Amino acid sequence: MIRAALKSLLGRKVRLLLSTFAIVLGVAFVAGILMFSDTLNRSFTALFASTVGDVVVRPDGGQTDLGQLSTQTLPASLAGKLRALPGAARVDGNVTALNVYVMSTDDKIIGGVGPPAIGGNWSDAPAGHGIQGLVIEEGHEPHGPDEVVLDARTAERAGYALGDTVRIVTATDRVNIESTLVGIAGFAEGGSLNGATYAAFDTATAQDLFLGGADAYTNYWITARDGTSQTELAAQARAVLPAGVEAVTGDDAAEASASGLLKGIDFLTTFLLIFAGIALVVSAFIIVNTFSILVAQRSRELALLRALGASKRQVVRSVQLEAFVIGLLASTLGLGLGVLLANGVQALVATVGLDLSGQPLVLAPRTVVAAYAVGIVVTMVAAWLPARRTGRIQPIQAMRDDIALPESSLRRRLVLGVGLVVAGGAALGAGLFGSVPHAGWWVVFGVLAILLGVTSASPVVSRPFLGLAGSVYGRLFGPMGNLAGQNSLRNPRRTTATASALMIGLTLAFTVAILGASAKASVDKQVRDNFIGDFIVSSAFGQPFSPAIAKRMAKVDGVDSILRERYGFGRYDGTDQGVAATEPRDIDAFDLTMDAGRAADLADDTVLVEAGWARDHAVGVGDTVKFQMLTGERSWTVVGIFAKNPIVFFPVLTSVDTLTGSGFPDQDNYVVIYAKPGARGVQDRLDEVVAKSPVVTVKNQQEFAAEQRDPIDRIIAIIFVLLVFAVAIAILGIVNTLALSIIERTREIGLLRAIGVSRRQLRQMIRLESVVIAFLGAVQGVVLGIGFGIALMYAVRDQGLEVISIPVGQLVLFLVLSLVVGVLAAVLPARRAARLDVLKAISAE
Amino acid sequence: MTAAPTSGTPAARVRNLTKTYGSGEALIRALDDVSLDLGAGQFTAVMGPSGSGKSTLMHCCAALDTADSGSVFVGDQDLSTMKDKALTRLRRDEIGFVFQSYNLVPTLTAEENILLPLAIARRRPDRDWYDSVIATVGLGDRLGHKPNELSGGQQQRVAVARALVSRPRIVFADEPTGNLDSRSGAEVLELLRRSVDEHGQTVVMVSHDPVAAAWTDRVVFLADGRLVDELARPTREQVLDVMARVSGPELGSEFRTGPGTGSGSA
Repeated sequence: MIRAALKSLLGRKVRLLLSTFAIVLGVAFVAGILMFSDTLNRSFTALFASTVGDVVVRPDGGQTDLGQLSTQTLPASLAGKLRALPGAARVDGNVTALNVYVMSTDDKIIGGVGPPAIGGNWSDAPAGHGIQGLVIEEGHEPHGPDEVVLDARTAERAGYALGDTVRIVTATDRVNIESTLVGIAGFAEGGSLNGATYAAFDTATAQDLFLGGADAYTNYWITARDGTSQTELAAQARAVLPAGVEAVTGDDAAEASASGLLKGIDFLTTFLLIFAGIALVVSAFIIVNTFSILVAQRSRELALLRALGASKRQVVRSVQLEAFVIGLLASTLGLGLGVLLANGVQALVATVGLDLSGQPLVLAPRTVVAAYAVGIVVTMVAAWLPARRTGRIQPIQAMRDDIALPESSLRRRLVLGVGLVVAGGAALGAGLFGSVPHAGWWVVFGVLAILLGVTSASPVVSRPFLGLAGSVYGRLFGPMGNLAGQNSLRNPRRTTATASALMIGLTLAFTVAILGASAKASVDKQVRDNFIGDFIVSSAFGQPFSPAIAKRMAKVDGVDSILRERYGFGRYDGTDQGVAATEPRDIDAFDLTMDAGRAADLADDTVLVEAGWARDHAVGVGDTVKFQMLTGERSWTVVGIFAKNPIVFFPVLTSVDTLTGSGFPDQDNYVVIYAKPGARGVQDRLDEVVAKSPVVTVKNQQEFAAEQRDPIDRIIAIIFVLLVFAVAIAILGIVNTLALSIIERTREIGLLRAIGVSRRQLRQMIRLESVVIAFLGAVQGVVLGIGFGIALMYAVRDQGLEVISIPVGQLVLFLVLSLVVGVLAAVLPARRAARLDVLKAISAE
Repeated sequence: MTAAPTSGTPAARVRNLTKTYGSGEALIRALDDVSLDLGAGQFTAVMGPSGSGKSTLMHCCAALDTADSGSVFVGDQDLSTMKDKALTRLRRDEIGFVFQSYNLVPTLTAEENILLPLAIARRRPDRDWYDSVIATVGLGDRLGHKPNELSGGQQQRVAVARALVSRPRIVFADEPTGNLDSRSGAEVLELLRRSVDEHGQTVVMVSHDPVAAAWTDRVVFLADGRLVDELARPTREQVLDVMARVSGPELGSEFRTGPGTGSGSA
């Protein structure tokens, strides 16, 4: 029996290959993402290990979880004390600053998005456990105020060679630096900055640039003598350190900085795996469909086996065995393809700045296990329904000519489908609007149930659509159109199941398109409603920039006044909380709507809080709030409560001096410019101020809105790229269904050719069949996508997304594209059909 | 040998047709220098034992297969010089087919199946001709039914109507009664006979069945790829005699008992 099953499998290599494709792609997606994630993990763990010494001495709370550095420093005098420690082999002081942007030879910022742009002093100190960090590969160390060393990848991306003049933009008072590139640094033992950029000067220059000229350091690395452990050395250091300074082991420091980032990577992995899951659901659809067709085509053979004495169980088993073999084969291929895919994902994340080029891929055992488990389980589960149906084949059917596999009744499918849609709708509603725990899961299950319900009911509810398509075809394309229309109705289960696979991908794409359009429309509305002043000055990534820029702009001809806004992060009540700051004298310009207190009361060590935040934290005017900031705990008095305003970036607003006093650098995030009435050409003159530091740009209202929309577009683009997978699998599904139905209809096609249908007409027929499937999927996708999109937008309407916008142009474009997809999917099956030998086809079984 | 035309201009001419399969030891001569004229307005049967080349001959005449050498003319068109497109058009406009296994399009009704060749050619059916074909086929109220709702005999009569409706130069029928019981078979043969007698249709039929052959004007016999004999106005007994002679006593007796289904006596 097993032999018979395997023989039958091998006898149909083309069909076998076709049915594995879908699952191969799904497995490749999962494997690729896991490999990518492991690679990312290892590369960051390695990177962080190289950014700490055996013991790191730094100001208490020297860094927020989000990577911001304290302005507090350690005096140079501390070095002597540390060197005297019995376990210390050497002590090195480090100067580190963020937002030090290297400009490329054609004036573009290198990096900037995602990974940090780091500046500091050159040091050849070994990292913890003797790991050699960056070493000079070409040239020499920097000496004097005009020399700089770059990491090799940054130098390469920027197009600099030794001896070139490197342009650097900082967020400090000295905005622009020009230095000579004297050295190029790389990791001696392999490794990567993962897209971060690094510019190193000699210590005096770095102190001058980043620490206001003080003879001080951001932190010290102590290298342990042989035989002294990190823990011992840290304990020795703690004994001699003054208050407010801490000594932590390199392992702990690396762990602490890595954990936040690895949490971020986990999120990214989960996010990507969701799309892999979608791809697998689509694959499962294809497998169900493929097996249904294969089993139907083989029903006579299976009946023969029954007639020869095989039990029901054996017949069902033989189909399940087939599924197992296909799953096994597909998993193996998928794993291989996953390697390629992991490279693709690396390229994708490189577009958001995470540069992993040169990192070898990590193939963990877990990935292999997951690939096989997913591939085999999904295939076997999907094949279960068709396999079970084979058990109902009667032996007598082997003797009959027209054999039909028993099918589930359409009526039952309609009832099941409607039931699922209703249940799914209820779950979706509960998740979105109710107050159930784990609302996200309710939404996911709701969406899934609705998709499955529509799929189940589709053979019935799509009938009018298919009938209409058939009559339109007949009118437009004559007899071949008529035949194509009839063919799509011949087995509505098959047609609609194939369309449903496409529907899933497109539903999500439409939903995302609607969310994106609505988010952008909301941004536009908020900017329109709340834009103050005439221009906004900011960096493209919301990073802080030099206060010198605001000072210079205030003096520009035609500028009436300026308004600064900046922000930092602390912890309130155990969670990260952004704190915005402005000059109290400028507070009127924000035009805040006050629910309580007075905006004008804002002064040092007081805060204004947003109404929602005040409600959530039960805070009122006159209360004291305690924030954990870089320099330790701060107590501030609440003097007012304001209605939500998008120009105030965080729900807590304090004075600039209060924020600086909490350890944040004197750097602005946003500057609002008020022009004098009637002044002309102001924007051009403001542009001149920042001409040499393109990190910062001057925007009017439209430009600012466009910049705010930009990240939304970027996220949508990435989601679309990920959904392409689900759609690609669905397209393979169409190819598969068409190819299998052509095999099934060989004799009929032979007849058509024999009575004078030309190859062209035949290809046209197959193409029209394909288009109707694709279009059905797209139409279902549009309807569901609009439904989900509006439901989701409605659910989040009080979170600042108040405009629901349906991108009609985009939806129409998708529908047109689905027609193209239909035509493309038909290319190979149609060619195959047209090439059939007429004689052989007519006499085919 | 060359069989002489029996009357008038031939509808199709076969000249020195040769076709082989395989090579070396396994070389099979399906057709070995066959020349033959198929008379217009005649009902011709091509007979011979299995492997005699009769189906290959028909497929070559019907533009479904190509020979290694020699030529086939349908009217004055030389098939050996034509490409796929022209052959397709020829099949569409000049040739009608009836297959052993009916080969109707399952998604179309009987009427749609009959009209399909005209629809493909985008030609309007000639009303009178269509009505007379329908009347001859005698399906009555079952024209709106799908093939799977018709009996085998009814399906084959639909197939004959489909072959006749475009008024082709020749109708080829490949074992048209092979899958039918004797009564249904007789109905189909009668239909073909009437199309020849009443409308001057040329019909060429490949068959095993001496009973079927007895309905024709002329029988040609093939054995081992060669034309070996022919009969005009044959009776069942004459056909059986020739069959016995050309295929040896054992095979001949096999014919007498009737191979396959549906070749019982009528």
